[in-house]
Amino acid sequence: MVGITSYGAYVPLWRLSREAIMKGLRGEKAIRNFDEDSTTMAVAAAIDCLKGQKREAIDAVFFASTTAPYKEKQIATTIAAACDLRRDITTADFTNSLRSATSAIKAALDAIKAGSAKEVLVVAADCRMGAPGTEFEQIYGDGAAALLLGEKDCIASIDAWHSISNEAHDYWRLDGDTFVRSWEDRFIFNAVYYDIVAQNVAALLKKVNLTPKDFAKAIIPVPSPRALADIPKKLGIDPKAQLQNPLLDTMGITGAAYAFMLLVAALEEAKAGDRLLLNNYGNGSDSLVITVTDKISKKVEGRRGMKTHLASKKIVDDYRTYLQWRGLLTFEATPTPPGGHISAAALYRDRSQIYPLHGQKCKVCSDIHFPPQRVCPKCTAKDQSEEWRLSDRKGTLFTFAADYLCQRREAPRVTAIIDFEGGGRMATMMTDRVLEEIKIGMPVEMSFRKLATQDGFHNYFWKSIPLRG
Amino acid sequence: MPGIRDRVAVVGMGCTRFGELFDKSDQDLMVESCYAASEDAKLDLKEIKAAWLGIQGAETGFSGCKLARALKTDYIPVTRVENYCATGIEAFRNAAYAVAAGIYDIALACGAEKLKDTGAAGVTQMGGEGQFGSWVWAPVIAPARFALTATRYFHTYGLTPQEGKRMLAMIAVKNHHNGSLNPRAHFQRDITIEQAVNAPMIAWPLGLFDCCGVSDGSAAAIITTPEIAKRIRDDYLLVKGFGVCADGGTFGVIPSDYDYVHIEAIVRSGKMAYEEAGIKNPRKEIDVAEVHDCFTITEAVICEDLGFTERGKYKQDIEAGTFNIEGELAVNSDGGLKCFGHPVGATGLRMVFESWLQLRGQAGARQIKNARIGVSQNYGGLPGGGISGMVIVGARD
Repeated sequence: MVGITSYGAYVPLWRLSREAIMKGLRGEKAIRNFDEDSTTMAVAAAIDCLKGQKREAIDAVFFASTTAPYKEKQIATTIAAACDLRRDITTADFTNSLRSATSAIKAALDAIKAGSAKEVLVVAADCRMGAPGTEFEQIYGDGAAALLLGEKDCIASIDAWHSISNEAHDYWRLDGDTFVRSWEDRFIFNAVYYDIVAQNVAALLKKVNLTPKDFAKAIIPVPSPRALADIPKKLGIDPKAQLQNPLLDTMGITGAAYAFMLLVAALEEAKAGDRLLLNNYGNGSDSLVITVTDKISKKVEGRRGMKTHLASKKIVDDYRTYLQWRGLLTFEATPTPPGGHISAAALYRDRSQIYPLHGQKCKVCSDIHFPPQRVCPKCTAKDQSEEWRLSDRKGTLFTFAADYLCQRREAPRVTAIIDFEGGGRMATMMTDRVLEEIKIGMPVEMSFRKLATQDGFHNYFWKSIPLRG
Repeated sequence: MPGIRDRVAVVGMGCTRFGELFDKSDQDLMVESCYAASEDAKLDLKEIKAAWLGIQGAETGFSGCKLARALKTDYIPVTRVENYCATGIEAFRNAAYAVAAGIYDIALACGAEKLKDTGAAGVTQMGGEGQFGSWVWAPVIAPARFALTATRYFHTYGLTPQEGKRMLAMIAVKNHHNGSLNPRAHFQRDITIEQAVNAPMIAWPLGLFDCCGVSDGSAAAIITTPEIAKRIRDDYLLVKGFGVCADGGTFGVIPSDYDYVHIEAIVRSGKMAYEEAGIKNPRKEIDVAEVHDCFTITEAVICEDLGFTERGKYKQDIEAGTFNIEGELAVNSDGGLKCFGHPVGATGLRMVFESWLQLRGQAGARQIKNARIGVSQNYGGLPGGGISGMVIVGARD
């Protein structure tokens, strides 16, 4: 059996109340903080997915997104490094299409079936932007989800597949575009979308000799809310009983990550034996038949997934904050110039402390410390330490400060000294926090974030956040 | 080893007005402080055999050439030293050691810094271990570094934020009062507790008046042997002891059990200097102490670290007026960094200049009665990872 062996998801803490965009709009959408992007959200989803899994067993990492923060530089490698995976693995980015996540699944399944990989981590993350004032701005949310695919102990098998490739301009972005472009929606839906999706689902069902009634849930990540009224009819499914909740009022349409996020939400509710139909759309269509196994109840315990992440939220009701976080509204430069320049050589040299957040444990006196030191700060033994991963350890706040002179989108910047469970201390920036709620002794965890984009680098590192969920 | 005690003498000092000296360059300031020291000592600058220049930042310049160019010294050795905020004391210490070693009979120590040419409202941040790096350290501004100590100090000693901020405000009020009596200070006016407590926030819990200013300035000292000093003037000062300690820790996270309410390098530099100077009871024996009040909380912690008060008892003492000019041990009688700002390389020598005035009865409205022993102390870097530099000078017997 080939299928899904674990899942994880990430929904940013912050939700923009749609009222903040325009009076009378309904619901909220998930928005990344200023220090999040598709890389950081992918890492968060991947780590959720890897809970209780053997990280060293993973043979490949595929990343899917339409908003990879680099045009030339792989993100899958960053994810693999941040997740502390082996280095002798296959990594690849699947980009440029809303369908990229299911394309990555297909590649993963093919690799597993062919025997070139046993376990493949597929992570999808997206943060597409609609131009201010457009409907896209109202409906597009940010988020990520991850699936671990393999042959053993599947929580859901992937039984059948059908794809159609279709060349059309429905939604797109040019090389330098910030916002999504589209052609008129009557063309998109009536001439392209319904036709392609219906054709593809019909071809899949014919292949496996099933009817729409045989599915407990149909997962349809629509490209626009308008499609929801008609797509159940076109596919012959019951919109109330069978259609997976599209989370439009709580999250929004999350681009290339949408299919995975809805699938995870469906798996969270699924029982053993449930059959799921997934149709993903973007420059064509991928349709899958998924069957939930009896491993579903035990194997994915303790994940935050969609449910916990959606429930754990803070509301942004100020449109200006939203624009600032996206870099669409800038203020004059910070009154104090930033210090230092990023060196690619130093980034490479320090990569094990930066990406998987390795501190050290002294083999002589057991002292745990960060950053790594050649001479042990406690017993001064030289070069006697082993690497010690801190990124998945919780901690408590020892002391903090809040800097009001930093860039306004971040002010006040919270510096937090935290003590890790099991030992070790770190000076961190604390993000996703409300200043008034910060107290010495509060529980914290680590979150992979973008410190800054400077000197031509996206500079990623771990920050602390108040324990979520 | 004999140590430094009574082996070298200060025979002249100069100190510029500190402030936003937009019309003066760093070299202008060096000329001012060094010529003032030379006139004070009635010694021609040509008599100087070697000089040390303390400059911390790249804003002002590298190498000893800056001072040689300013003074047109005659091919004597001039060395630039840098040791964070202890840079000025480091210049003084190097000059003193060179004289004590018998290599030179007259040496000059000059400290200068020109912060106001940068266009920045604060001191330029450093990314981490240097100008180029992987930049994983939080780019933490200096106020936030010491705010970490303030937050923890309040917590450790059970002060509410309001009580804690009030204690800090008393430090600002005291130092501003002292500065109001000093014509060389950048800020020369009194403030109130309410002003300090309600000032705009810089880095919680530190407000505007908890932070020292950003200023330009320069100070200089001429150092020689006691034998030569006697021929120059009767009221020279003698160097009693030095303490310089570098912390091998990093940003309060190494070692990982650092308490954030004391600074070990300061404790050690104090012990080192007290031992050399033969001081047993600092609170009783010291008459004037200039300590590094880069932020109000820093002064509180230093006074505890240097044994001016007991751990957690600073509040009691500041409330009792212990550290006022007329109190038991005057702390920052010239106004401190609070009123002088912190042109980094100059600060240490500016502090010694206050001892120079006080121990010779020249401090005017700020004069401390019968002042005999003066301490100057700087701390640079961040809590749990920096440099403390300290010098003790005494009036001649």
